Amino acid sequence: MKDIDYAAPKTIAEACAILNEKGDKARCLAGGTDIIVQVREHRRDIDVLVDIKHIPQVNALNYDPSKGLTIGAAVPCYRIYEHKEIARAYPGLIDAAALIGGIQIQSRASLGGNLCNASPAGDTIPPLIALEATCVIVGAGAMREVPVEKFCTAPGKTMLGRGEMLVQLKLPPPKPRSGAAYLRFIPRNEMDIAVVGAGVAVLLDDSKQRCSAARIALAAVAPTPLLVLEAGAALVDGALGDALIDKAASLAQAAAKPISDMRGTAEYRKHLVGVLVKRTLNIAIQRARTG
Amino acid sequence: MKKIHVTTTINGKETEFLCELRQSLLEVLRDVLMLTGAKEGCNNGNCGACNVLLDGRLVNSCLVMGAEVQACNVQTIEGIATPQGLHPLQQAFLEGAALQCGICTPGFIVAAKALLDQNPKPTEHQVRHFLAGNLCRCTGYDKIVRAVLQAATS
Ligand SMILES: Cc1cc2nc3c(=O)[nH]c(=O)nc-3n(C[C@H](O)[C@H](O)[C@H](O)COP(=O)(O)OP(=O)(O)OC[C@H]3O[C@@H](n4cnc5c(N)ncnc54)[C@H](O)[C@@H]3O)c2cc1C
Ligand code: FES
Ligand code: FES
Repeated sequence: MKDIDYAAPKTIAEACAILNEKGDKARCLAGGTDIIVQVREHRRDIDVLVDIKHIPQVNALNYDPSKGLTIGAAVPCYRIYEHKEIARAYPGLIDAAALIGGIQIQSRASLGGNLCNASPAGDTIPPLIALEATCVIVGAGAMREVPVEKFCTAPGKTMLGRGEMLVQLKLPPPKPRSGAAYLRFIPRNEMDIAVVGAGVAVLLDDSKQRCSAARIALAAVAPTPLLVLEAGAALVDGALGDALIDKAASLAQAAAKPISDMRGTAEYRKHLVGVLVKRTLNIAIQRARTG
Repeated sequence: MKKIHVTTTINGKETEFLCELRQSLLEVLRDVLMLTGAKEGCNNGNCGACNVLLDGRLVNSCLVMGAEVQACNVQTIEGIATPQGLHPLQQAFLEGAALQCGICTPGFIVAAKALLDQNPKPTEHQVRHFLAGNLCRCTGYDKIVRAVLQAATS
């Protein structure tokens, strides 16, 4: 690796000051599972890594059934899925946190890093979108909160401005009769990048036979992770069953704008969107009915 | 080259080292501390040959910066055998011929130890799932999985 600096600030203000001073030449270091490889392989030219794991807010994980979940941007995946209450309350998020890389990667990789890396195939992003997570962003003394679906703007690009960092992700508390799920398709059993990923969340009415709200998000079918509002809206329109699920799946397929690459052709990816949206909806509905 | 002074615990011993800020933990172990048990396979997080335990968690040391381990606890393959003899995993790998070239072996043993520490009686599926981040180009994995299951019975 080229000669670089390493800083380990203890406060958000200190971290933002370095990010502001160095601009593009500084990058946050969370779990390092993307950034260390990118710097080593000369895919990012930086002068300083800003290790954010010593900043208390960025490393904290808090769940309160009435307030919801706050995930510090650098909290590694294992702390999320090993937390029993969180695992019970957000199984759709755990689906994704527990499949990133292998055990070694999950010891380090964070949801904040997955999001800030802004890969179209980032596995935790569709469930975060489906679960209506918001990003808490801080820079130059100002704080703003934005919905996750707005955060990624292009492959590898986010809405973070100079001197800004992601501090936390906030998820609302799970509502009664709600359920979520994430599935991805990869050609192997483990350790690969999603050919397509689908994250969904549903909220059922009292009868549990109808859906009163639904959100469907996709990975690896567009330059950024995609929220398909019309596919979710289609589920709210009638008794839940195969016909309605098929309709949502075909609307998701219509919204997907995949490319062809070594992992799969555009046509194959469109097909997979249909398959995965149906499967995840069935799992999410099942979870909402039994949860 | 910018350097930093780091104090950490390695295999139970307090250790100080001076490392370049750009060095990974793997480079520090191998090039600074001469602990060459952890291997560099891919240097990008895919193969597990560099596995160590960092504060008890299994990590790829090629994806940790040396400067990050200040005040941490690092366990490497060198700390697995005791003066009394080999660890049951090492014995089972040896007896079951679970290695050929041996490059992947330290990583597999450190990873398998992490598994057995948290789940002393894993199923074959659990072993295969847990070891998915470790690659071996020689053995075809079967003997490795059987050696881990064997060690779990002893
Ligand atoms: C072997 C291997 C397997 C993998 N498998 C998967 C997989 O299955 N699915 C998947 O989605 N990804 C996978 N990845 C990619 C990677 O592990 C994930 O994207 C992970 O979530 C990144 O998190 P991190 O904490 O390691 O991020 P880092 O590498 O620390 O950071 C990633 C990027 O985000 C920036 N950043 C981090 N935190 C912040 C912040 N708070 N504010 C501003 N910017 C920030 C960094 O500067 C960097 O550019 C894999 C990687 C490897 C090496
Ligand atoms: S050398 Fe670290 S994972 Fe391959
Ligand atoms: S024994 Fe050669 S790579 Fe595993």
